[in-house]
Amino acid sequence: MAVVAQPHDPPQGHVINQTHAEVTRDVVATLGPPSRGYLLLLAAAVSLFLIGIFTFLILIKDGLGHAGYNPPIFWSVYITTFVFWVGIGHAGTLISAILFLFRSPWRTAVYRSTEAMTVFAVMTAGLFPIIHIGRQWIFYWLLPYPNQRFLWPNFKSPLIWDVFAISTYLTVSTTFLVFGLIPDVAAVRDKVTGWRKMIYSWSSVGWTGTDNQWRHYSRAYLYLAALATPLVLSVHSVVSWDFAVSIVPGWHGTIFAPYFVAGAIYSGIGMVLTLIIPLRRALRIEHMIHSYHFDNLAKLTLLTGSILLYAYAMEYFVAWYSGNTFEQTTFYRRAFGPMWWAGWTMIICNAFVSQLLWFRKIRTNLTALFVISIFINIGMWFERYVIIVSSLSNDYIPWAWDQLNPTWADWGILAGSFGWFGMWFLLFAKTFPIVAIQEIKEMIPMPRRRGGHG
Amino acid sequence: MALLKRGKSAARRAPGLVASFIHVDAAVDAIRALRAKGYRNLVVYTPAPNHEIEEALEHGVSPVRLFTLIGGLTGCTAGFAMTIWMSYDWPLVVGGKTIASIPPYVVIGFELTILMGALSTVAAVALFSVLMGKRGTPYDPRFSDDMIGVYVPTTHEQLGPIEQLLRSAGAAEVRHETS
Repeated sequence: MAVVAQPHDPPQGHVINQTHAEVTRDVVATLGPPSRGYLLLLAAAVSLFLIGIFTFLILIKDGLGHAGYNPPIFWSVYITTFVFWVGIGHAGTLISAILFLFRSPWRTAVYRSTEAMTVFAVMTAGLFPIIHIGRQWIFYWLLPYPNQRFLWPNFKSPLIWDVFAISTYLTVSTTFLVFGLIPDVAAVRDKVTGWRKMIYSWSSVGWTGTDNQWRHYSRAYLYLAALATPLVLSVHSVVSWDFAVSIVPGWHGTIFAPYFVAGAIYSGIGMVLTLIIPLRRALRIEHMIHSYHFDNLAKLTLLTGSILLYAYAMEYFVAWYSGNTFEQTTFYRRAFGPMWWAGWTMIICNAFVSQLLWFRKIRTNLTALFVISIFINIGMWFERYVIIVSSLSNDYIPWAWDQLNPTWADWGILAGSFGWFGMWFLLFAKTFPIVAIQEIKEMIPMPRRRGGHG
Repeated sequence: MALLKRGKSAARRAPGLVASFIHVDAAVDAIRALRAKGYRNLVVYTPAPNHEIEEALEHGVSPVRLFTLIGGLTGCTAGFAMTIWMSYDWPLVVGGKTIASIPPYVVIGFELTILMGALSTVAAVALFSVLMGKRGTPYDPRFSDDMIGVYVPTTHEQLGPIEQLLRSAGAAEVRHETS
């Protein structure tokens, strides 16, 4: 074999101290019977999901009055959570598609889990506009078909752009995930027995890894990555235009698209860290995802966190420099108004906590990274909360100003979304290879008779 | 399962040899030697795409890219056509803009370009790899793990010499696929 496995020797850089057979064995082992910890986590996720379902049923029965909407604030926790989950998805596509095009070796071990996270996060996000519209049973009015008087949707509205952007993103990222899974499912099929073999045989759609299959597959994978790359940048830009195209103070900024994309990737990597730090231990794949990968993930976090620091500073600067009293008031109230605590949570968790990652010791300390990732998740949820609620709560007419008081209906749905997301992610991690077998193998030189590497 | 069964039935029809290789250079040597002898319809199984084997087989660029292009262009055209036609189908001035205002429609055109491009790419792979690909060629579960497989369909007379060739190239195992 090319390289002798040394399980106790932490691998350096992207060199993988494993043989092809060991990769298959270790990844297939992650699909074994679930541990007690896994079942407890799954039960927690399902319970949260049931809380969400219960809240949703009450909303369907009684209407949105239970949620904390309070004039002039008609976009609140649901839209905040929608933007939060769409953003989470972006890191997955960045790692799976953009870093694929850049040929970053460190992406290989982590990209499957991040891509699954993308799909489930966008699946979660997609529920929120539907919950938010109130009469959920007529959500299909958003699709481009005419009403009874043959009036079509208004394609000049960012909300319709969003329908196209999010549904395209969900479709393409699901396709990308499933497509990447096919050779790996085939590898699992050849290792398992009984009814599991039957299920994996069916889902591997006849993959045998012939030269002809690889030839088309590799090309197609490249094109899918090339298509997903501009898509991921466009999706959060379109989401940001939901705000920026309006004239609400604090929303109407040209910086919004890049600012939202950077924030999305930042929040997504935060969620990646929160998920894979415990997961690698639970699935015993510490030798596949180790400090090298976390160091690189942390560097990406630092980069996007610094972009956010710049964007926050620039927002305040432009508000001051514009001389526009509405803009100035909005930003003053974000820091010193009734929502100061949310405003500072956002700035501290996003712009400042990420700066700790300049230190290599912190980047490679998993406990520190896990704690930072929780701060990122909280901070990024609050970023959207601050942008949406604080801007709406002080509009152009001061007598109309009011505050938002989120209710149990807001928190119930928010908790339900975490349960729904967690449930799918956990089920995925035990059903499909969470580390890309085939791509890891591609990085390991195959053994040679004449010695040396290829 | 179905695939493996198909493999057995196909094997009954055409005689051939399946060689398993541990070493990639041995497999490449065997492929080159077989191609030099005029065997062009080899099937090579690898656990992951391998450039050396691709080079030895001298494949052209996959035609998938043409489907990606056509899909993308179709999506782009469909996006603009749909928005412009729908705007004129019920002309309504919104926000003082022209009836069909192109800049906002770029978003729809762009998203549909990506959507159709991606879906047609996957459809092309399904077409070339599954529907038009060779089916039921003999397979071994180890080919998805750590071995390279080379299937050589040949005649009964050639089974002996080809087995000799495969073994001298360094095949770890040679299996006869005859009825």
